[in-house]
Amino acid sequence: MPIYRPPRIPASEITPRGIYLKRRDLLAAAALFGLSVHADAAPLSVKSRKSTVSDEPTPREDVTSYNNFYEFGTNKSDPAEHSGKFQPSPWTIAVDGLVARPGTFDLQQIIKDFPIEERIYRMRCVEAWSMVIPWNGFSLSMLLDKVEPLGSAKYVAFETIVRPEEMPGQNGLFQPLGWPYIEGLRLDEARHPLTMLAVGLYGETLPNQNGAPVRLVVPWKYGFKGIKSIVRMTLTETQPGNTWNLLAPSEYGFYANVNPEVDHPRWSQATERRIGTGGFFGSERRPTLMFNGYGEEVAGLYSGMDLRKSF
Amino acid sequence: MAAGKTKTVNWKTVPVWLVYVVGLMPAVWQFCRGATGNLGADPVKAFELFLGLWAVRFLILTLAVSPARQLFGLNFMRYRRALGLLCFYYASMHLAAYLVLDQALMLSTVVEDVLKRPFIMLGMAAFVLLLPLALTSNSFSIRRLGRNWVRLHRLVYAIAICAGVHFALATKVLSADQFVYLGLIALLLGYRLFRPGLKPRRKRASNAAPQAFRPRVSPSNMQ
Repeated sequence: MPIYRPPRIPASEITPRGIYLKRRDLLAAAALFGLSVHADAAPLSVKSRKSTVSDEPTPREDVTSYNNFYEFGTNKSDPAEHSGKFQPSPWTIAVDGLVARPGTFDLQQIIKDFPIEERIYRMRCVEAWSMVIPWNGFSLSMLLDKVEPLGSAKYVAFETIVRPEEMPGQNGLFQPLGWPYIEGLRLDEARHPLTMLAVGLYGETLPNQNGAPVRLVVPWKYGFKGIKSIVRMTLTETQPGNTWNLLAPSEYGFYANVNPEVDHPRWSQATERRIGTGGFFGSERRPTLMFNGYGEEVAGLYSGMDLRKSF
Repeated sequence: MAAGKTKTVNWKTVPVWLVYVVGLMPAVWQFCRGATGNLGADPVKAFELFLGLWAVRFLILTLAVSPARQLFGLNFMRYRRALGLLCFYYASMHLAAYLVLDQALMLSTVVEDVLKRPFIMLGMAAFVLLLPLALTSNSFSIRRLGRNWVRLHRLVYAIAICAGVHFALATKVLSADQFVYLGLIALLLGYRLFRPGLKPRRKRASNAAPQAFRPRVSPSNMQ
């Protein structure tokens, strides 16, 4: 297997810190007066910031208006338009299965107990578009440590909430997917320091369309692995199912690692269109990076594996 | 079926040029929205899908002309050429948006896409098949080709199949809207297979055929 070499990111792609920080001043000022800049989101107290990418973050408006969240409909604009009735608070997450201390955790308490970080990650959708999103949240490993996984636990299974009365996509005659939406990670992937549970973006709580109030973010995998509105995590010995793989196993794998060399049967994964850049006439495709550019950190998780077979 | 008894209505009040003007308005409107930054987060994709969808819509309308007349006595034959050509125009713009705006004329990727991916291949096939139909959609070609014109234009059924599958493969899952469009295409194609009791109507129906079709052929129930 060829040795992975991380890509160099040119300095020209780096947003000057001054410009980037201005937004924070604005948010901080708004928070000071007890205001939220956005009606659907409340300011979060962010303890630390670490950026793993230098690309310019995608404008908040794009991040919150262009979403795949089939619980609210299959169009990109559906989640923003049809998630108004969804109640993300109060919220609990059950963690059970092969753990010494299973429990049901109140999300508000978790947010108080765990230091909330800002992490700017690239997000690559399996549909060949991408964004750069400043998430707020914490390492999934922190929550896993709390429940003490048993030695027999090899995987983590995740589950989204089912609330047809608040989620129009779960309602009616036409149901594109089976509910609940489920996802899974190998335990070592789940414990990787890059893997996070996000409770906010751009310094505010998650809008409903982005997976409020808590969602998974695994930046080296295709976006559909980032299960939203999580209510349950179960540690298992055998590989759990994941919704898209169950629907079309030849098109969507369990691992779903971003890989420009393994195409989707219907389209190429070699390039991607970065949302919010270029506009109508200057839209350009950029090369997709192996493991979405996080190879240095995560390639070791898959050493010895045939990534064409385990896609 | 009461089709034989239904009175044939001729729609001649709307001039044909107006169909072209109105038919092209969605493309102009959407282009303006794109150019002014009002097409959302991924304007290129939105524009591309929009043009493809309108090509499908005009394909469906074109295919609906004959059944509308045969089943309901509604005669839109006069507009069928315009509807078919509008389908072709939208398909051309859809392809152009894919080549220029989406792929930024990276021809190597396009060629690879066409060869490797049935999804793209079917779309391209539908477009290539549309070309001879568009080129012969004029009274001169109809006179010149005679019966062969009718045979040639049966390609529209192959186009409908290619375009329908292409349209179905374009998304991760079929949406409710897509089911409706695909259902209509299937219905309109199925009608051609099972069109009942048309033979006795042929002679009478040919009287209602538009001017352009009269000279040598009576293709009114072929399409």
